[in-house]
Amino acid sequence: MKRTAAVAIVATLFVLHQDVWFWRAARPLVFGVLPIGLFYHAAFTLVTSLALCLLVWLLWPSHLDEGTPRS
Amino acid sequence: MIPALVVAAYLGVVLYIGIFASRARHRADAEEYFLAGRSLGPAVFLLSLFGANMTAFSILGASGHAFANGIVTFGLMASSSALVIPVTLLVIGTRLWALGRTHGFITPVQFFRDRWECGHIGTVIFAVQATLLVPYIVIAVMGGGTTLRAVSDGLIPFWLGGAVVSMVVMAYVFFGGMRGTAWVNAFQTVLFLLFGAIAVSVVSAGMGGFRSAMEAMLASPSTAPLLSRERVSPLYFLSYTFIPLSSIAFPHIAIFCLTARRLDYFRKTIVLYPLCMLAIWLPSVFLGVAANQATSVPAIATKLEARAALATDATLTVDERNRLRAEAAGDDVILRLVQGYAPLWLAAFLGAAVMAAVMASDSQILALSTMFTEDVFAFYGGRRRFGEAMQVRTGRIFVVVLTIVAYLIALEMPQSIFDLATQYAFAGYAALSPLLVAALFWKGSTRWGALASTVWTAAGVLTVAVVQSTIPVPPTAVPVTVLSLGGLDIVTRAATGMLVFGLLPVVPMTLMSAVLMVIVSKLTPRARPGHATMAKYFAG
Repeated sequence: MKRTAAVAIVATLFVLHQDVWFWRAARPLVFGVLPIGLFYHAAFTLVTSLALCLLVWLLWPSHLDEGTPRS
Repeated sequence: MIPALVVAAYLGVVLYIGIFASRARHRADAEEYFLAGRSLGPAVFLLSLFGANMTAFSILGASGHAFANGIVTFGLMASSSALVIPVTLLVIGTRLWALGRTHGFITPVQFFRDRWECGHIGTVIFAVQATLLVPYIVIAVMGGGTTLRAVSDGLIPFWLGGAVVSMVVMAYVFFGGMRGTAWVNAFQTVLFLLFGAIAVSVVSAGMGGFRSAMEAMLASPSTAPLLSRERVSPLYFLSYTFIPLSSIAFPHIAIFCLTARRLDYFRKTIVLYPLCMLAIWLPSVFLGVAANQATSVPAIATKLEARAALATDATLTVDERNRLRAEAAGDDVILRLVQGYAPLWLAAFLGAAVMAAVMASDSQILALSTMFTEDVFAFYGGRRRFGEAMQVRTGRIFVVVLTIVAYLIALEMPQSIFDLATQYAFAGYAALSPLLVAALFWKGSTRWGALASTVWTAAGVLTVAVVQSTIPVPPTAVPVTVLSLGGLDIVTRAATGMLVFGLLPVVPMTLMSAVLMVIVSKLTPRARPGHATMAKYFAG
């Protein structure tokens, strides 16, 4: 279940990254200077950081920490 | 001249940090020199891993690409990397760390040899990895030459700037090993994370705010497309998402994953990675785009004139086109902006910050040295015969030889930083990523599957190199057909490089690499490793 949720999150982010909806648009200029396409991808990057918090929680391989270190 | 002196002082500080770090070593063995004794703390691990991924290409290449192509640059490389690289660190990097700690691996090839019970096939993988890493190192030398030439206003020629940067990097890698490299990387990452905010403020003040610049760009038919993505196709954009797969397959990144003292240190690195990307790429891309309105800076005005001549004059000869392309190249545009608008002392500081990004080749040089001494020298009996001290000495000699070779290549390479990185090293390593996935997660993979993927990657990179060097850049934005079937263009040559079905070569290279791994492994089931090896990697 956790793995499915993680795959769904990554797939959603991937689709959101291929944003065809602002492809030919430069306006509005967010804050008066940032073209919408650039602002969208900056916001996408911020959202990705939050999504990664969730992915780390879902997929953290805690079992890997249990291996015996080589002497 | 003052900026050049500040940059020289910066290089001195970097040298000191690298050499000082070597004094903090507690051991003198190979694991200490090549992996900092697997003992890096969380902050140094995050900053140095991020810094190892950021090269000349992140600041100079990104702003240069944005200068010519617009805001699309951010989506092409930054936001896709912000997603793909942390995911690969989470899924693959953590597992590499655990395998390294449990079995003592220092390089990816050591892991491949053990996992697939192969010897010489590992050597083939080493050879391909090493060959692909050299362009990446060359990029840094080029960046060094470009930066020093720009900050000294042409006083320091390209060849001398490249030589100075190469010497400094070589010295601290030679003395400091991985610990020195990681400390320097951490310091440099902090510096170039500060760069963006300062540069944006300074240039904004100098240009009288960006609002009028953006409006002016929108009002002009020649610059308005730079503020949207209409000049690239969605397919081309999609294909760029394959490039960040190269990150974890780069030996220096895989090796960096082995340096963390605890698995837990990956958490912060994964979550904060996109924010670091944003902090460095957004200013770089934005300033690169805004530079199109910085006509009061003479060096930028010359670039814009050269670009306009390329676009309008159809009677130009090939030589004239090449000269104008070189004049219009934007790799130094961010430095020109800063020089044009910042006070001298600040321009000097910002020049040093750019130099920080440029010098991220240290970890690649160290990785190649590590690979050579572990995968070739030690594997073929060198350590057994000559001892571990000789192994470390061999690694250091390799650092010197490699730096000289990369420098000589950099003097001969005219192509822009961004294209070189994308077309050769990044595409090749992305195509090698199926090896890591198969070795870690697929019991059915075999050494012959690994060999097929590796040979395919080498052939793919070679083909791209041959096509791009034999077929000249088309004079217009319309790609030239190289190979077609029934009216359908299969391979084309565009100004940005070779395309396959409109996609970057990285896409067919990576997909076919994965397919070959599956097909050849399934055809060679007898080559699967024995029970002991399988039990080692797939418990339960």
